[in-house]
Amino acid sequence: MEFFRIQKDIPFMKHAIVLNAISAITFVAAVAFLVLRGLNLSVEFTGGTVMEVAYEQPADLAAVRQVVESLGYADVPVQNFGTSRDVLLRLPVLAGKSSGEQSEDALAALKAQNPTVELRRSEFVGPQVGQELVEDGLKALALVIVGIMIYLAVRFEWKYAVSAIIANLHDVVIILGFFAFFQWEFSLAVLAAVLAVLGYSVNESVVIFDRIRESFRRHRKKTTPQIIDNAITSTISRTIITHGSTQIMVLSMLLFGGPTLHYFALALTIGILFGIYSSVFVAAAIAMWLGIKREDLIKPGNKASEVDPGDPNGGAVV
Amino acid sequence: MNRYPLWKYLIIAVALVIGALYALPNLFGESPAVQVSAARTVVKVDLSTVTRVEQALSAQGLVASTVQFEGTSVRARFEDTDTQLKARDAIERALNPDPADPAHVVALSLLPRTPAWLAALGASPMYLGLDLRGGVHFMLQVDMPAALQRRADVLAGDLRTALREKNVRHGGVNRNGVNIEVRARDDATLEATRAVIQDQFPDLVSSDAPDGSEFRLVASIKPEAARAVQDQALKQNITTLHNRINELGVAEPVIQQQGADRIVVQLPGVQDTAKAKDILGRTATLEMRLVDESAEGRAAADGTGPVPFGADRFPMRDGRPAIVKKQVLATGENLTDAQAGFDSQQQEPSVTLYMDAKGGRVMRDVSRENIGKGMAIILFEKGKGEAISVATIRGELGNRFQISGSMNIVEANDLALLLRAGSLAAPMEIIEERTIGPSLGAENIAKGFNSVMWGFAVIVAFMCAYYMLFGVFSSLALAFNLILLVSVLSMLQATLTLPGIAAMALALGMAIDSNVLINERVREELRNGAAPQSAINAGYEHAWGTILDSNVTTLIAGIALLIFGSGPVRGFAVVHCIGILTSMFSSVVFSRGLVNLWYGRQKKLKTVSIGTVWRAGGKPPAIKAD
Repeated sequence: MEFFRIQKDIPFMKHAIVLNAISAITFVAAVAFLVLRGLNLSVEFTGGTVMEVAYEQPADLAAVRQVVESLGYADVPVQNFGTSRDVLLRLPVLAGKSSGEQSEDALAALKAQNPTVELRRSEFVGPQVGQELVEDGLKALALVIVGIMIYLAVRFEWKYAVSAIIANLHDVVIILGFFAFFQWEFSLAVLAAVLAVLGYSVNESVVIFDRIRESFRRHRKKTTPQIIDNAITSTISRTIITHGSTQIMVLSMLLFGGPTLHYFALALTIGILFGIYSSVFVAAAIAMWLGIKREDLIKPGNKASEVDPGDPNGGAVV
Repeated sequence: MNRYPLWKYLIIAVALVIGALYALPNLFGESPAVQVSAARTVVKVDLSTVTRVEQALSAQGLVASTVQFEGTSVRARFEDTDTQLKARDAIERALNPDPADPAHVVALSLLPRTPAWLAALGASPMYLGLDLRGGVHFMLQVDMPAALQRRADVLAGDLRTALREKNVRHGGVNRNGVNIEVRARDDATLEATRAVIQDQFPDLVSSDAPDGSEFRLVASIKPEAARAVQDQALKQNITTLHNRINELGVAEPVIQQQGADRIVVQLPGVQDTAKAKDILGRTATLEMRLVDESAEGRAAADGTGPVPFGADRFPMRDGRPAIVKKQVLATGENLTDAQAGFDSQQQEPSVTLYMDAKGGRVMRDVSRENIGKGMAIILFEKGKGEAISVATIRGELGNRFQISGSMNIVEANDLALLLRAGSLAAPMEIIEERTIGPSLGAENIAKGFNSVMWGFAVIVAFMCAYYMLFGVFSSLALAFNLILLVSVLSMLQATLTLPGIAAMALALGMAIDSNVLINERVREELRNGAAPQSAINAGYEHAWGTILDSNVTTLIAGIALLIFGSGPVRGFAVVHCIGILTSMFSSVVFSRGLVNLWYGRQKKLKTVSIGTVWRAGGKPPAIKAD
């Protein structure tokens, strides 16, 4: 079985401008949504109480909302969670009341309205802890970016590091843009997924760069855009199959993982799909525009590397 | 060239065996059990308790799979939860005849069914986090400024006394925030104060802070001393929590310090979360009262008369009653510390109590008027009081006083512990709380493992179809990866959470990347006309550099999450990082080992089963491969 019967190198870099324009537009759109709509941050970041209750029959959301409002909370999000019998409530932080009291009062009121209600899960995060989690998340993001840039600069060259990070941050912003647009809940788990996607995405770019380095060594006559095209084309089968396999795992999570993992799996899916685009086209194109050359990767004066591995007489000394 | 030296095969075999052994306990599941441990320090749990438990069970006709004494508790395992519940009731009735004063904690728990031979190797199943087991998680923040204020109170009182002894006429010693301010009329007084502080108060450092025309000195607690206060406050609170949580009958509570001022409490398997919260938030339960020395009181103490009006009766540690007046002099809130030590005059074991400003004042007034009378300290546990100390007032007491006599050093230590346990050093506030019902926990496990299994199955099917025999090798490597991952998690007893299971699924999806890289490279080499043996060799070699780079970058993301993550996200990061490391080993070393075993010896290898090696341009291939 071979899905990728490609005759010759696909000239991707000819269309570099178009490809990058598309990615720039989506990037701007994502930023716009982030700014205009903002992320729907979960309780872990904002502080507050979340309660998940289960009824035996499909829940009457309007009645639940009424009960909650009668307790004095205005405009509390009440929604189904997973099945129609599960309801998720989010209570804001109330000064003067401990979380325990808040959730107990709420549960008592709900029980009064419908005795079959059962508390499946409740979570309270103080606002100070929420603030710290936001800071920690940002620090983690910063550490990942710096770490990856250093590693790539050492393994390849700074131009590669810069292009990889720009292309892959673009991924991260797009995921956040999706979450802002659809107002999906952005929780700690989703943040973890985003960071994992960043690592995975850079992984992709690394494979391409590695191939570029090898092509620079092997094909002395080709120009940089041709080298890049060659690198992308020869790795395209591996790229698609790997992304496909990871997507199968994530799909399995989407289907079987239940509501807790739902947004986590969604973030991963978006990351994987856009990852192909950004890591392959955008990273390579930016590297090309930054002016990568054969000499960046191959140190001059090193006799061994001047030998063309494709040359049958290479290395021969008379 | 595709031959592994024997030692490499040995390493793979050993890794496989160890991995399988340590991953095995996870397959055995858990059995419902009842765990019996001591509720009070005086109660002993040992082999005789085992016999009592067995008798209690057989009296009710209940059958236990095993009843064993393990560690510090007796554990009885049962076949199903019905028997477990009935057994819990039976054992509770038999071992705790007085329900108001239980001697044992009889708790429900789920114990792993690891067979003895595995357990002897140290193998146990993965430690499940709360979101997979159900239970309660609290994070409490200790109000450190309050603890420091109390200490400053005590020090201010001591300073006042010290200055009076040295005849230094000051204009006022007051606590301001966490500092102590001393006002004086002239500089000489301040100088004397400074000297006193330097001599007698190693914890304080003084600085001049003139307030207009007034002379003023500000003494602040040194940073090391402040840290010591905070540490002590935290440890005292942890001890208090320990004692309170014992009442709940939780099988394996986790109470840990986190950072400088936070405590994490995890109670797995707790069903009644309201009660848990209530007990954790209880206020201090220590009271100091005068002994009723009237004739009626003494008669009541001897047992010859009833308890007089205006007095209460509390049992002492040795069983005799103490009759104390109803009026409460001071409570645990006023007690800042209790330390066991030796009496300065007689070298007897004693306990020194430190009170705050308010408590000190009360003590001073009461003791001045009641020299020679007795004072009792009552510790309230579960609403019932016990007089843990009855001592005679020998002189005027103040912020600090000693109780000594008729104690040996062990008793003095116990008393100090009890005094500290009955009071909180500083108020605590719940800043984070998570409650997971048990049914949700079991559901989460099922969901997590379903997603891993189904994804795994589909990937394996695809790999085998696309890459033929090499696909089979890759799938075996993936399975080996999973076994290694599970076994490392079990060995480390790292906490597995739902995001952790998701990380497992993700790790498998990413691990297959390495094998795809290798397989595609081998195909490419074959496409370019290389001989099969050298194609395999070249494929693995070229791919290794790329695999290393890509895994390191994903590892960087994992480590960042590990450093800054908390709670379930930390569970994700741990599995993620371990998964990357095991995948590097299994995808490269293990799959190469399999390939070498299969193809390595064949010198004249003509074809390898790696699926279609398609060639462009319809050129006849130099060497046929299918």
